[in-house]
Amino acid sequence: MFHNSRPFLAALAVLGGSYVLLIVAMVAADVAYLGGRLPAVMTEVFGAPEIRDSLLLSLFSCSIAAVLSVLAGVPLGYLLAREKWRGRGLVEWLVDIPVVLPPLVVGVSLLILFHVKVGTHSIESWLNGHGMRVSFAVPAVIIAQFTVAAAFAVRTLKLTFSQIPRRTEEVALTLGCSRAGAFWRVALPQARRGVLGAFTLAWARSLGEFGPVYVFAGVTRGRTEVLSTTVYLELSTGRLDAAVAVSLLMIAVALVALGLVRWLGKEDAP
Amino acid sequence: MITVSDFCVVAGKFRLENVSFTIAAGAHAVLMGPSGAGKTTTLEAICGLRAVESGRIVIADRDVSAFPPAERGIGFVPQDGALFPHLTVRENAAFALKVRRQSPADIVARVNELAAQLGLTQLLDRRVTELSGGEKQRVALARAVAFRPPVLLLDEPFSALDVPGRELLREHLQRLRAEERITILHVTHDPSDAEALATQVIKL
Repeated sequence: MFHNSRPFLAALAVLGGSYVLLIVAMVAADVAYLGGRLPAVMTEVFGAPEIRDSLLLSLFSCSIAAVLSVLAGVPLGYLLAREKWRGRGLVEWLVDIPVVLPPLVVGVSLLILFHVKVGTHSIESWLNGHGMRVSFAVPAVIIAQFTVAAAFAVRTLKLTFSQIPRRTEEVALTLGCSRAGAFWRVALPQARRGVLGAFTLAWARSLGEFGPVYVFAGVTRGRTEVLSTTVYLELSTGRLDAAVAVSLLMIAVALVALGLVRWLGKEDAP
Repeated sequence: MITVSDFCVVAGKFRLENVSFTIAAGAHAVLMGPSGAGKTTTLEAICGLRAVESGRIVIADRDVSAFPPAERGIGFVPQDGALFPHLTVRENAAFALKVRRQSPADIVARVNELAAQLGLTQLLDRRVTELSGGEKQRVALARAVAFRPPVLLLDEPFSALDVPGRELLREHLQRLRAEERITILHVTHDPSDAEALATQVIKL
């Protein structure tokens, strides 16, 4: 029986393993491309003020986008997991749209949303009138990242809340809590790791976001430049070394974030 | 005292109608019935966790039928205990007192008193995920009665326990009823629970 299953398992391993090999090969190729020049290129690239600014803006915008994603994801995830309400299916479907939509389309749609005129004003012109600029400025970077990242946060948090037994909240109600009290004292603390996981996932997703940022915030060097747009700018000016160096940094950050999400997921298991 | 009169609960296709009973103050009533008869549903409805179509629920001379669960003054121990896994034994036991913003000194005194009654003193700083089935049920009991409710509702508290665990929990329940002067409504399908504990048996 065991012997008979070997060729089958081997075939699965070869087919599935080829994809794993592709991922490993991509990262290895990036490292091999720079080879012995890696330390020197890294030093040069991260010594450049515009790339340092890009790194700082990435850290800043991803963190804000991740916080906003959790702020939207916790209530929405809870409502989707816990309550039966008319239109829940529709909302679940709508929330998944940013996940499946081509990133460029998200960017175009954001641009249109902020610039389409309702009466005499668009959102952008109204904000401009109040001294704020969104499109092609830092807020656009954050909104573009948030739009996609929040969808992932909502998915994670819906799953988190659906795995927490409703009974504990019901007991909290009998012990004197209001519905809000039971949420704060019982549901949310139990969802702690899920919230951290959603934050990390949203952060990592924001870091990799390019399409919506490209369209809605532009790729102006030193103004709306984040790491993903840095890679694009470096490539478009033929500086392949710098593009690979920044890519390697992003891979490292993504690996750390992914490790964190997996660890949090594992620790959360009962 | 607990009085349930003409109460009717509908949950999907399930329908429980014309349930009426009275339990005297300080009694230990056992609610029995076959699986699917609506025993748990009855407890949930008395707690306010399930909407009642009609009927009245009176707890210690207060008509609580329209009250939210928080204001009914009922200690509830569900079948699996449903302890709060993010809290220690001490924090679980103190939960209702903290919600009521009692003074830290009062909370410590009450938790220590209950821990002594229920044999939890050595476990107070443990996480509830590390406890045995019987220990969990005792923590759930301590948490349910900490705010001195006049009524305690138990849903199959012995179902996951072995024989010695059952005996021990029965002793604790008897002592708790005497010392806390609490009225107990206890759901079980085991006639030996009724024999050992009940002052009144209600059949669904």
